[in-house]
Amino acid sequence: MSTATHLNEHLSHLHDSHDDHDHHELPWIRKYIFSEDHKIIAKQYLLTGIFWAIIGGGLSILFRLQLGFPDADLTWLKPLLGDWIGSDGKLDAEFFLALVTMHGTIMVFFVLTAGLSGTFSNFLIPLQIGARDMASGFMNMLSYWFFFLSGVLMFISLFLSTGPASGGWTAYPPLNALPQAVLGSGTGMTLWLVSMAFFIVSSLLGGVNYISTIINLRTNGMSFLRMPLTMWSFLITAIIGLLAFPVLLSAALLLIFDRSFGTSFFLSDIYIAGQVLPNEGGSPVLFQHLFWFLGHPEVYIVILPALGITSEIISINSRKPIFGYKAMIGSMFAIAFLSFIVWAHHMFVSGMDPFLGSIFMFLTLIIAVPSAVKAFNYITTMWRGNIIFTPAMLFAIGLVSFFISGGLTGIILGNSAADIQLHDTYFVVAHFHLVMGSASFFGMLAGVYHWFPKMFGRMLDEKLGYIHFWLSFVGIYLVFFPLHYTGIAGFPRRYYSFTGFEFTQKFTDLNMFVSVAAIITFGAQFIFIFNFFYSMFKGRKAPANPWNANTLEWTTPINPGHGNWPGEIPTVYRWPYDYSKPGAEEDFIPQHIPYSQTVSSNFPHENDKIKEEGSLHG
Amino acid sequence: MITTTIVIAVLLILAILFLLVRIQTLISVMKGSYEKRVGSSNKLHATLFIIFLILGVFAFFWLSSVASQDYLPEASSIHGVRTDRLFWMTMGILVFAFLVTNVFLFVFAYRYQYKEGNKAYFYPENHKLEVVWTVIPAIVMSILVFFGWTEWSAITKPEPKDSEVIEVMAQQFSWQVRYPGPDGKLGSHSFKLIDATNTFGLDFSDDASLDDFTPPELHLPKGKPVLLKIRARDVLHSVFLPHFRVKMDAVPGMPTKFWFVPTKTTKEMREELGNANFNYELACTEICGRGHFAMRFVVVVDEPEEYEAWKKSQKPFADMNAEYVKDFIAIRSGETTNTPIEVENAREEMSDIVVTDSLAGKTDALEQAADTLDAESGDAQAN
Repeated sequence: MSTATHLNEHLSHLHDSHDDHDHHELPWIRKYIFSEDHKIIAKQYLLTGIFWAIIGGGLSILFRLQLGFPDADLTWLKPLLGDWIGSDGKLDAEFFLALVTMHGTIMVFFVLTAGLSGTFSNFLIPLQIGARDMASGFMNMLSYWFFFLSGVLMFISLFLSTGPASGGWTAYPPLNALPQAVLGSGTGMTLWLVSMAFFIVSSLLGGVNYISTIINLRTNGMSFLRMPLTMWSFLITAIIGLLAFPVLLSAALLLIFDRSFGTSFFLSDIYIAGQVLPNEGGSPVLFQHLFWFLGHPEVYIVILPALGITSEIISINSRKPIFGYKAMIGSMFAIAFLSFIVWAHHMFVSGMDPFLGSIFMFLTLIIAVPSAVKAFNYITTMWRGNIIFTPAMLFAIGLVSFFISGGLTGIILGNSAADIQLHDTYFVVAHFHLVMGSASFFGMLAGVYHWFPKMFGRMLDEKLGYIHFWLSFVGIYLVFFPLHYTGIAGFPRRYYSFTGFEFTQKFTDLNMFVSVAAIITFGAQFIFIFNFFYSMFKGRKAPANPWNANTLEWTTPINPGHGNWPGEIPTVYRWPYDYSKPGAEEDFIPQHIPYSQTVSSNFPHENDKIKEEGSLHG
Repeated sequence: MITTTIVIAVLLILAILFLLVRIQTLISVMKGSYEKRVGSSNKLHATLFIIFLILGVFAFFWLSSVASQDYLPEASSIHGVRTDRLFWMTMGILVFAFLVTNVFLFVFAYRYQYKEGNKAYFYPENHKLEVVWTVIPAIVMSILVFFGWTEWSAITKPEPKDSEVIEVMAQQFSWQVRYPGPDGKLGSHSFKLIDATNTFGLDFSDDASLDDFTPPELHLPKGKPVLLKIRARDVLHSVFLPHFRVKMDAVPGMPTKFWFVPTKTTKEMREELGNANFNYELACTEICGRGHFAMRFVVVVDEPEEYEAWKKSQKPFADMNAEYVKDFIAIRSGETTNTPIEVENAREEMSDIVVTDSLAGKTDALEQAADTLDAESGDAQAN
């Protein structure tokens, strides 16, 4: 604790002396482009995340057009897609696969990992733990620019004549190793792999920073158990990332070797395009193990920050402490630990030894328990609250609904015997879009609506927020709920069309309905985009603490500058959840208010702490 | 022209939205909405959540009922009936949890909406409650794991000794199946032997290959265990027999398998469904490229006697490609050093030469081709 204080003081002295000499203004490019300020970097991540969300969502609309309207003439898309629309007005079958591949890749990595973790970890960590900035501003800047670079490469791949990667976001070899197997496995896949390598570097750089900052730079009085749950979720997410991402990097490297340097890590016994390939001894199943060793923790990397954000927002807007603070932390640790030992539930029918199937089924069903605890705790937080439906709160409630609905179907999929029929069908698609895609997306939106005033000093328009929420919430259920039924009926994933089989000659109307719902839901997001950019410049000026919250970020000036607090960093005396405390004047007591000032609402053990307060400060 | 119109339209819409937002904000300021802690719309959202809950539950039951008409028919395998039961029982538990938790979520949202003068209840924790709702899901999960595990073990245990063994091979973008023939043994194979004719890469020097047959439909005997030996020759594919609840990936370089017992003949299914054109189907469920969605193979379940009769009527692959097999064996037994491809090419050259008029410039090729064939037949004669 004293080391942390010492470090923090050291840094604050550095920055104080920085601010004293105000002529030391950074050039514009160092202030806004190659910035080391965590708040600027966070906004860079957010804007990039929004950009990729529009593209990723747009790609999904394109393939939903094909799936919902298989007989339609898509010639009107030629200006956008060129020769990928044939002379018969039909979408090219290989490009269809590229669309689903890039949709998955972009959404999982660029939007929900970088866009969610990158934005909120960067923005909130120093502000909520009481630090001037991240432990290493330089590494932080690098993490964004590696992400940017990886994005540029992925973007370029969209425009190649052979198309972007088209073997699924899961990138299984041999399909993704052999250019002759599918067009996208040529240059498109090469760019995908290099882009992902840079992305992983970016994530690792970011993660190291988040962990070091949270451990070392907490302000006076900010013990671990007084940190807001957002901090816990970002910390645990970063730890998962640090341990899991390198394995994906290794899988990608081995795949690069198989593709370009004649190795046979994943390849054996292949005859393709009239040729017997020389590779022997490799196993495609090895890639699956390596991929999913990251792939499964990755979905928790995507959801945990959203869950942390939800804890904050539900608590603040119910005017109640989060129910079960310690249980929430414990459940996140349990989820993090278990997330590393369940990966092969993605591989029940991969041909791996069935004994592994039993083990992974058992472990997978355990992980449902801490997740359930979190959902119950959110609901209990709302019980007997005094709920204010800010747009952020609406999205947080929506997240809980999606998380429950999607999480429950995971229990079936985790049961290997039931998974035989459901694997690689739309049942899986429905499951992960609800529990991961939509829930995390709502977490991201809730976070933006909630912290927009802190980021830009202005308020997002509420009414547009309400419309955005209701259209999105209903729309997402309308899109993904029906897919459970097509999945139960056996509809396989990644199918360009369902006309080839008798058993899929059903649900044509339902598929059309899903596509229409998707188009409307996607359109509704532009209400948010409009609101976001409009309010950034013309929004109502924000008050200092618009949501009457307890956490430290609301104690900075409305537009916090470099170093966040102009004077000393506040000292923290209590946990962040003193909402509606009996005996208190108002329905909230911020963390930096000492116990000596709230005698009327102190519990006995808190009164005892008053004596120590003098020594804490300075 | 149309692009310009669209661009202008979009800009106009944006301008209108911009103005609407400004106007609406100004009206709110005038009304003093921003002074209040909570606006009038708070009640609206609380109510909307209840309306959503009611409509949602209603829609859920309605859609579930309507959609169930389009589900797959009752499973046509022994294990399939059991996994379906496991699925629906689990779904029952899950739907219960789904309804209860969502009801609590939305009812609480409504019931505890902000009321002026109300104070929220400071309730930070309750360890007993946490334990209760940790233990109950844990028990439920354990029960599900137990039943799932017994099912999985039954499905994945080794196949019965008297199983019908059938090889299913996947490729871009079709399926091929191979039966062991009267000797009951599938002949050995190697991917290095695959070519345009020998699509399975069969080793014809192995006698077991000589009676293997490769029909255009997968026939299965009702009531007898069937072992599918599955492989792929280019990329990952997956054998999916939806009506039988069978799924197993086809992996290049790693043979996989799945055994099951079909319980309903195609004829019985046609009667059950009232569809004289019904056929069981085999589909691919692992993304494999352009034709992934079109890898269809017809599967037929026969009465055991019909099945045996059908098998007897099939011609072995080796018989239907006798010349090829002859060349193969000759090459394999070391009599020539030409690979099957080279022999094939030589044959084509010969037939080309016979067909065309001009012999000019063809003499070398002719001699070469003749040499190859001579070497072959000479060796064969030597035997």
